[in-house]
Amino acid sequence: MIKKIGNLNKNKIINRRLFVLVAAKIGLLGIVTSRLYNLQISDKQKYEVLSDKNRIREWKTPPQRGIITDYFNNVIADNQRVYQVHLSLEEVSNFNNSIFKLKNIISLKEDEIKKIYEKKKKSKPWDTLIITENLSWKQFSKLNLYLHELEGAKPVLSTSRYYPYSNDLVHVVGYVGDATTQDIKSKKKIEENFVPGLKVGKIGIENSKDTDLIGNHGTKRYEVNASGKKISEISYNKETQGENLRTTIDLEIQRLAQELLKNQAGSICVMDIYTGEVITMASSPTYDPNKFTHGISNKDWNEIKNNKLRPLQNKSLAGLYSPGSTIKPLVALAALEYGIIDTKFSVNCKGHDHPYELYGERYHCWKKNGHGLMSLRNAIKQSCDIYFYEVARLLGVDKLSLIAKRYGLGSKVLEDFFSEEKKGIVPSTKWKKQVLEQSWYLGETVITGIGQGYIQTTPLQLCLMTAQLANGGYKIKPNLIYDKEIDLDIIKSKIESEKNKSVSQNILKDHEFKNYERLYRNPNNIKLVLDAMYGSTNEQFGTSFRSRHKEDKYKFAGKTGTSQVKRITDQDRELDLELEEIEYKSRDHALFVAFAPYDKPRYSLSVLIEHGGSGSKAAAPLANKLIKKILDRHELRENIRKDLKNIT
Amino acid sequence: MILSTSLNSTRYTFFDKLKAVDYFLIIIVAIIGLMSVFAIYSTESGNFSFYTKNHLTRFLVFFSMFLVLSFVRVAVWYRQAYIFYILGILLLLLVIFFGISASGSKRWINLFIMNLQPSELMKIAIIVCFARYYHRIQSSDIQSYKYLLQPIILLLIPCYLVITQPDLGTAILIAGSGLAIIWLAGLNLKYFIYSGLILLVSLPFVISILKPYQKSRILTFFNPDRDPLGAGYQIIQSKIAIGSGGMLGKGFLLGTQSYLEFLPEKHTDFIFTLFSEEFGFIGSMVLILLYSLLIYRIIRIGFFSRSYFAKLYCFGFASALFLYIFVNIAMVVGLLPIVGAPLPIMSYGGSSMLSIMLGLSIVMSCKIYSRDPIGN
Repeated sequence: MIKKIGNLNKNKIINRRLFVLVAAKIGLLGIVTSRLYNLQISDKQKYEVLSDKNRIREWKTPPQRGIITDYFNNVIADNQRVYQVHLSLEEVSNFNNSIFKLKNIISLKEDEIKKIYEKKKKSKPWDTLIITENLSWKQFSKLNLYLHELEGAKPVLSTSRYYPYSNDLVHVVGYVGDATTQDIKSKKKIEENFVPGLKVGKIGIENSKDTDLIGNHGTKRYEVNASGKKISEISYNKETQGENLRTTIDLEIQRLAQELLKNQAGSICVMDIYTGEVITMASSPTYDPNKFTHGISNKDWNEIKNNKLRPLQNKSLAGLYSPGSTIKPLVALAALEYGIIDTKFSVNCKGHDHPYELYGERYHCWKKNGHGLMSLRNAIKQSCDIYFYEVARLLGVDKLSLIAKRYGLGSKVLEDFFSEEKKGIVPSTKWKKQVLEQSWYLGETVITGIGQGYIQTTPLQLCLMTAQLANGGYKIKPNLIYDKEIDLDIIKSKIESEKNKSVSQNILKDHEFKNYERLYRNPNNIKLVLDAMYGSTNEQFGTSFRSRHKEDKYKFAGKTGTSQVKRITDQDRELDLELEEIEYKSRDHALFVAFAPYDKPRYSLSVLIEHGGSGSKAAAPLANKLIKKILDRHELRENIRKDLKNIT
Repeated sequence: MILSTSLNSTRYTFFDKLKAVDYFLIIIVAIIGLMSVFAIYSTESGNFSFYTKNHLTRFLVFFSMFLVLSFVRVAVWYRQAYIFYILGILLLLLVIFFGISASGSKRWINLFIMNLQPSELMKIAIIVCFARYYHRIQSSDIQSYKYLLQPIILLLIPCYLVITQPDLGTAILIAGSGLAIIWLAGLNLKYFIYSGLILLVSLPFVISILKPYQKSRILTFFNPDRDPLGAGYQIIQSKIAIGSGGMLGKGFLLGTQSYLEFLPEKHTDFIFTLFSEEFGFIGSMVLILLYSLLIYRIIRIGFFSRSYFAKLYCFGFASALFLYIFVNIAMVVGLLPIVGAPLPIMSYGGSSMLSIMLGLSIVMSCKIYSRDPIGN
């Protein structure tokens, strides 16, 4: 009985205990269910985003740089297919081992390996390292053959910048290189489109027009697995190419200019005197921009850097030189405009025995035996120094400075287009007081009259000065990139209307001139100066007579200049050494400015040969060859101009 | 007494036996088994290869075994209960000497056709053993120290052997199953409260003897973002997978988390994660419902059984089964720390499948031979 009761109890107990267990189970099930509800229903979106973040990874594809051409559509900065090896660090288990294998397969050099290790240090563990940027086809095919042995290595077909006319245009076009942190910070467009290995412009047009040229990067979205391996492409937002740029440069003339400057240090600039198009801007010596694209070697870099003729300097706009006698037409014009002298004003140049004297200082003419009695036209033509000493003294430096600035000296020709462009110096009494904190001496005025002393100009400024004289005295806007807004016919008609405009009272005072506005008071003054320059080149005793063209259609007018690099002592004058006998660094710079054709001027040019000696011997002869080429190509250029106009 | 019982044992015709079979239970097991095959197939990105083939084979073999062993008289299980327990302990000892190691723990013995994990068998053995143990004891005697100490020793031996493998998860499941039967047998509530308090007090000591990886798992449980690529990785990825599944899931074979290998151990402990990612909240609920029905059927069988052995076994097994399922799901949804615990039937793994099917066949045997008056 007891047993039975006990057993009955036992049954009861078991069932009761089971009930408690089942209740607990239901409770626990409720917890699990609500947890699942939370995860899958309430927080679904959060986890969906996390899941996509897990599986989708973005790769940026590099943008394509725009192509740069000359005026005639010849490509001067191109994109070239290159074969590269990239190493995805995520997929590499043993870096040293991978590099060793790569070294054997594509025969890397020791210094290249050193560079790779330096790059590795700077990169993040998930970065892609560019092992070599430019493989030969042979290396590339060998790499593909051994690819299965190389974890993480990827053969990549990419594009890189290529400059087909390497040395000839480096100072205009510039070059590209790896984007530095500074580059990325300074330009928003670069920051937005940055991808590892992106090349950006370092100097020249590549740098100034980077924002237009760079294009937009593409985005490839891949589905990846947990170890980061690409499984499939989800979307590809294709990269775009940057804007193509047409420059105003004429490749043929540019190349001729570089050829003429070969083995010398110097510059040649050619400009359209109406449109302001820079047709040539040559600087010598040059260097190969292609060497910079994939990082220049130390050897090449040192070679360029240590060259005494400074190939890195763009002499056309960053080289500063005393204009020498090339400023004389401007001095004469200033004196005429202010009515200080008239055309009949004469000075007697009596040679070294009777120099010009001022407060006990003596100033000599370059011509030992003197020019004799010089009128204005003759003084320009034969470049008489004594005449201009006197004119400058009468004129005063401040009036001279005002006119010099008006015609383009003392300010940047291409504004801020090139960071390296220099302003030069056009001295005045105010300038000296402000900058040197000294008062002006009359003797300094006198030598400014022959383009010596404080005055400093760039060859491009001299070219612009000549252009603005040759076009009849109108302000123009120099430019290097083709701009359809700048239309020859419109400019000509603007100038025509300016010509007949009554002169304002302020014309001789300092004020801002708009583009294509007239800069002169009396048109006869300009005519007279241009005529004197004609004489200088085309008449006997003219300083550039030997460089003239006899054929009518090539006839040009010019002005030589010889820029002293040191003061000429009486002893030097006594010795009267030949050029070859003087130490290179002490030789004068040779200058020449000109415009052509004389009867219907269209182009201006400036030639500078550093330490070349006299302008008439070293610089003017180059102008002869250049002008023939320029005028021969005139019609071609005009046809292109018409075509371009019709397109728009 | 024993002799008379065996003589009195009821005679069953074959037809009687077939009639007594719980077909509903069999269908549920078959459905879960089928779902598990598809889930494993999905872990292999829809390739019918190694894991799927193996899993399918094991399921078919052990399912057949379940059906056949269902016809073994429940009295046999009763009689061999202690032998079963001793066999389990012996196998656990064998593991110490001849065991196979994998990822830092020694859990398996090589049986040539499969690697047997004796701790899985122990999960069933402990239930059978305790069911028999409490079958005979009067409810009035249960509270005595003698009958309190004996089962605790019986429980501690396998738990210790399994913990030292080390396999904390299985040890907890064995202990849980044992405790469930002790509870059902009617041990006073106060003992459970006391031992709970003792456990709480000794927790710092327990933590100090834990292996570093176990400690890190527990710390990670409280804050998975502590080490998102190390110890926290599994749970973070598992939650992402389940959460991104949403209401209806990403679709069969379309679970990106598992397909793209973000999920570790997706075919074993994390099979629920994969299932939940592909079939969503609805799918998970269906699976949980199937498991609940299975547990309900087992409890029902126990309820209609006459013998205490059958009752205790069925209720114990149902509780253990629930515990396995709860621990696994709670683990993958981030409610419990990650301790290795497979999801019954769904997870890939021979020993787990074997022990569950064995356990089910004893349940079925209780049903078929429900009229057998064991031992009483």
